[in-house]
This record gives sequence, C-alpha cells and structure tokens, in this order.
Amino acid sequence: MAMEPKSWGRYPRVSGQKAHPVTWTSEPLPVPPEGGSLLPHGLGRSYGDSCLNAGGSLLTTERLDHFLGFDPATGVLRCESGVTLDGILRLVTNQGWFLPATPGTKFVTVGGAIANDVHGKNHVRVGTFGRHLRRFELVRSDGSRRVCSPEENRDWFEATIGGLGLTGLITWAELQLRRVSNPYMHQETIAFSNLEGFLKLTRESTRDFEYTVAWVDSLARGRHLGRGLFHRANHAPPQFTARQPSPPRLSGLAVPFDFPGLALNRVSVTAFNALHYRMRNQGLMHYEPYFFPLDSVHHWNRIYGSQGFVQFQCVVPPNDAGVAALKEILDRSAHSGMPSFLTVLKTYGDVPSPGWMSFPKAGYSLALDFANRGERTYQLVDELDRLTREAGGRVYPAKDSRMSPESFAAYYPERERFAQYVDPAFSSSFWRRVRGAG
Amino acid sequence: MKKVLVLGATSAIAQATVRLLAARGASLYLVARHAERLEAVAQDARTRGAARVEAETLDLDDFAQHEPLVERATAALGGLDGALLAHGVLGDQERAQRSYGETEKVLRTNFLSAVSLLTPLANRFEAQRAGTLVVISSVAGDRGRQSNYVYGASKGALSVFLQGLRNRLAPAGVAVVTVKPGFVDTPMTAAVKKNALFASPEAVARGLLRAVDTHQDEVYLPDFWRPIMFLIRSIPERVFKRLKL
Ligand SMILES: Cc1cc2nc3c(=O)[nH]c(=O)nc-3n(C[C@H](O)[C@H](O)[C@H](O)COP(=O)(O)OP(=O)(O)OC[C@H]3O[C@@H](n4cnc5c(N)ncnc54)[C@H](O)[C@@H]3O)c2cc1C
Repeated sequence: MAMEPKSWGRYPRVSGQKAHPVTWTSEPLPVPPEGGSLLPHGLGRSYGDSCLNAGGSLLTTERLDHFLGFDPATGVLRCESGVTLDGILRLVTNQGWFLPATPGTKFVTVGGAIANDVHGKNHVRVGTFGRHLRRFELVRSDGSRRVCSPEENRDWFEATIGGLGLTGLITWAELQLRRVSNPYMHQETIAFSNLEGFLKLTRESTRDFEYTVAWVDSLARGRHLGRGLFHRANHAPPQFTARQPSPPRLSGLAVPFDFPGLALNRVSVTAFNALHYRMRNQGLMHYEPYFFPLDSVHHWNRIYGSQGFVQFQCVVPPNDAGVAALKEILDRSAHSGMPSFLTVLKTYGDVPSPGWMSFPKAGYSLALDFANRGERTYQLVDELDRLTREAGGRVYPAKDSRMSPESFAAYYPERERFAQYVDPAFSSSFWRRVRGAG
Repeated sequence: MKKVLVLGATSAIAQATVRLLAARGASLYLVARHAERLEAVAQDARTRGAARVEAETLDLDDFAQHEPLVERATAALGGLDGALLAHGVLGDQERAQRSYGETEKVLRTNFLSAVSLLTPLANRFEAQRAGTLVVISSVAGDRGRQSNYVYGASKGALSVFLQGLRNRLAPAGVAVVTVKPGFVDTPMTAAVKKNALFASPEAVARGLLRAVDTHQDEVYLPDFWRPIMFLIRSIPERVFKRLKL
C-alpha cells in the first residue's frame, strides 16, 4: 500500500510515480502534476506497463471498495470499482451466484477487470467480463460524470471496456452474475502428446464443458512439441452425490523475498514440467484452487528474482496460419535456452465484446512467462510479437511490456476512434510506448 | 454487540469495523458528516448482511444534538447495546502552537464531544445494566511529545475519562473498551510517509472486535505498541525533554 506501485511482472520499472488514493466516488479528480498525467490503478495485477505511469499520478482505488447493492433474486451486483473479485466471490457464492467471467487471479479490481476486459477459461461460452456489465459511472478530468451502458452513452461504454484506464476513472459498476448451485467444480485432466492432441481435445470438449484450459510443457520439442495437460470443468450440478471435498484452508504461504536469479533454470523447469505432466486427476474440487491455483502463494512473482519477468500472451486465428504460428512460437521458446515457467493454452470463441479495444478474438491463446534476462529475453519476446502479427493475431496489453507501435497499430484497428475518447489528462507508460511517444 | 451506534462511521477504522459487524448480522445506526459518503458505508453494510442499517448525517461538533441522537438511535434500532466512538481529527500541531483556536478545535472534537456523547450513553447502559462502549483513543495519549502533544492531550484526557467511566460502570456490567491504535494507514495519515509500524484499518478493526469479544479493557493495536509505549512512558522526564520526539 505504501510502496511504489509496480506491475505484477516488475518489468519495466518506471520512476517518478505518485500515488493519489481515491476514497469516495464523489471526490473530484486531482489536477495532474506539471508535465504529468493521471492513470487509474487497481491491484497492479497487469504484468507490464499498462498499469504504470512514469512521472505521473496513479489514482489508486484500494479504498474505493464499497458494495452498493446486491439482489440475490436476480444476481445483479452494484459496487465501487476498487472492490476485488475476491470480495465479490466471498459475498455471493454462498448465495448461489458466481462471476460470469474470471481471470486466473481473484486479486483484481472490478475497475481493472473492465479496463482490460478480462476473460476466463469459459470465453468460448460467455465472452469477456465486459459482456456482463450492465452499467458503470465514468468520471473525467473535466469534472463530467457519465453513467454508461449499452443504452446510455453507449460510445463511452464501448470505449471504456478494454479501454486500459485511459478514458477516465470508473467509480462504480453494475454486473450481472451467473447462478451456480454450490461452490464446487467438477473437473478432469487429460494428457495430450502434442499440439494436434490439444486441438482435438479442445474441439471435443467445448460442447460439454464450460471451462477448458491447457498447460503446456514448454521444453518439449520435436514430435512432443506442445505436449501438455488439458483441464476441463463445469460447475458441479445441484445434487452431486460424491462426497463433498472440504473447502481449502487459506495456505497463508507467501514468497517472502526475491529468489536469487538462478532459481529458475532449465533444470528446475524441466523437473517441474516432468512432475506436472504426470499429474492427472478427475473429480470434485472447491472453486478456489480450481480457478486461482496461484493465489494460494502470495507474491509468487518473487520467484523470478528482483529483475522480474516478462509475460507474453497472444491470440492467433483458428486457421492453419494460426496453428503454424503457435508451433513456431513454442519452438522458438523451447530452443531459446530461457524456458517459460508457466505456459498456458486457451481457446477463445467468437462471442463479441462491446469493447472496441478488447483483446480476445476467436482462436487460440498462448501465454508464456520468461524470467527477465535482459536483452536476450526482450529479443525473444519481440520475435514472438512479430510472429503473432504476421499470423494475424494480437498481443494482450495486460500482459505486455514489449509490443511495438507497428504491432499495436496492426492489432487494434479501432485505436484511432478510441484515441478520441482518451481523457486529455490521462495517460500510461504503455500508451506512450505504443503510440511511439517516448 | 447486536444493536450498535457508530459515530464517525465514515472513518477508516469505523468502516472496517462496520463491515465485520454487518457480516455478523448486527443492526447499525451510522452517523457521519458527509451524506454521500455515509450512504456508501450504509449501502455497503446492508449488502454485507447487516440486519438493519439506519444512517443519519450530523456534525458531531453540534453537542446539543448528542442526547436526542442517542434517543433516535435507540428508538430506530429498538434498543442499543453497543456504541463505537470513532470520530476524531489529527489537527495541525504547528497551527495549534500558533493559535489556541486550533487547539480548542482538536480538544472539542476528540475529547469534549466524546464526553458529551458518552454521558447519555453511559447513563442509558448503566440503567439497562448491559452494553459495551468502544472508544478509539490513541497511543499518542500515553505521553506528550513535541511533535503532536495537542492531539496527544486530547486522546490522553479521553483515556483517563474512560478509565474513570469503566471504574464507575463495572458494577453495572457495562464494558468500556479503550482502543489505542498506533499508526494506521488511513486518509487521516495520507500525507505521512508509511513504514513498517503502519497497520491497516482492517487489522485494527479485527483487533478491536477481538477485544470486545474477550472483555478486554484497554487494547493496543497492533499489540506490539504495548511494550513500545511501556518503554516510552518509562523514560524519565529529565531525559525525555531533551529527546526530539
Ligand atoms: C496470476 C494472474 C493470472 C491472470 N489471469 C488472467 C486471465 O486468465 N485472463 C485475463 O484476462 N487476465 C488475466 N490476468 C491479468 C489481470 O486480470 C488484469 O491485468 C487485470 O486487469 C488486473 O486488474 P487490477 O485491478 O490489478 O488492475 P491494474 O493492473 O492495476 O490496472 C489494469 C488497468 O485497469 C485500469 N484501471 C484500474 N482501475 C480502474 C478504474 N477504476 N477505472 C478505470 N480504469 C481502471 C488501469 O489504468 C490499467 O489500465 C492475470 C493476472 C495475474 C497476475
């Protein structure tokens, strides 16, 4: 709370940021510092520099965390933008409701979830977070306030969903939750021996399973390229008969300090992958470890050492060029000598998002984590950015610290229209980078 | 505490406590100065499961309103068995040194208004022979220091008043809990540079309710302040007056 705000990947580091806590929705926005600008900041769970603002102010929303109403009959929830997905789940799961779309960590704010238009393992079915938004309030630096919805101020609604915090401060939002019968998941895990195996499983599974995701062994090469584990799941049915697993106890585990730079080497990643690849299971599971396996270890980003890490997440179209690009990307990183610790493959559907700048589109999404080894790492990631662009895919700003202005222009065709809605007093390190302005 | 009057309900510590009480299904009568902020806190408490939430906008520097306020809260909740006094100001030590007006403002809000509220509350609880009074004082009241002795004096006076009140009300079975937080990361301390001594309002709220549940009289939050303040109180005045504290 008191420390210099960083992003989750801790790369790049930026300096001269000032935190300005926003405590009440009715507060006017501060005047940006001389030569600086404003940027809303949630829990800093974005990896790169989209939640950072070198030389400017961060409007921190930690205290903007009041619930404004919940109707257990309809599942409509209204809350301030600093409320976390964790806070929402704690309030609603026991009343038979769940978030319609959730990312791999519950430690994100509603404002952050809107600004990145986050998605979960059920994108094929339900699309992004923004699809389930009913309305929100947007406050601009000129003091204006707008309630935005598909009916009211629709252009602002669509610009702000996936709008990277640049259109103004979201103070509160209203979401439509989805019904569940209980807090449990029914899940199964199947091993596949290469990328074709993944494609086959994903085709077979999307009809019967709401949630699908695959973990990939990033070191496997040749005919094993893209081998991994396929996880598929549904919310448990109302009267499941199996013995109920007990809810997880909070582990309270935390990585207390930065690991020395060598902890994540080829040997440890190989060992981890080999171990993980053998894990298979099936059955009931509480939703917490299912959706948020990494959250049980606080500050796990510290295992990458103080240099931080670079995540790269792209989506490629569901055609031959897309699949070829996936192979190429996996192959490059397997041969780079800089193994990705966690490699995740997902399938996206064609449910459209209202957001002009929303990242997901139909196809396959691959996320890779690279420990930051300086120039070598950046070159590799820049290369992956180029491969993605050539295949007609796009890279996720929430996970990005490297994409070039040319790539950004190719990925986000609506950017010029969007730029007209950017608040003149707002900016971010990411925005200046991809606009080619410093 | 099932039917609780909360004074200064929009303060960070009060808000965090209100959330915990709401989750326990308590009924709450919330009082604060800013209508919009109070409404956000009230809605939050309702959403989190409070049995009943009433909110009243009032400036607690208006002492004439204190007795009727206690009446209104009791009537609205159908009785009262707890009160949390969480309103207060940090004041500006330098300005207070220059002008008595600032000093008087701090003493009025932090000490006199608490006394004025505690008088009808104590009488009511004594008569019903039940209830809990929880009052936020401060470690700063344990010893006057040059950097904030005006604030410290207002809280020190409050702590002494509470000792006496506790002594008087004990036979009636009424609990008086003095809460002494150290540095808390709240808007009140927004301008202060944070260090490891700062606690979150949530941690303070948990400690506060634990003190109520376990019938403690006086609690330091976090509890490492108890030995620290013991040491600070034990420094001889001869030495203390030369320290830059
Ligand atoms: C372990 C892990 C797993 C993840 N898994 C996924 C996943 O599966 N799917 C996915 O989509 N993402 C995923 N993410 C990314 C994460 O969901 C997003 O980065 C999310 O936006 C972070 O939210 P935050 O509250 O931390 O916001 P921040 O990272 O602090 O900010 C994100 C953006 O939101 C803006 N913003 C924040 N609050 C407001 C506001 N009140 N008004 C306007 N703009 C605002 C900021 O300016 C910034 O542009 C994951 C991240 C982690 C660490």
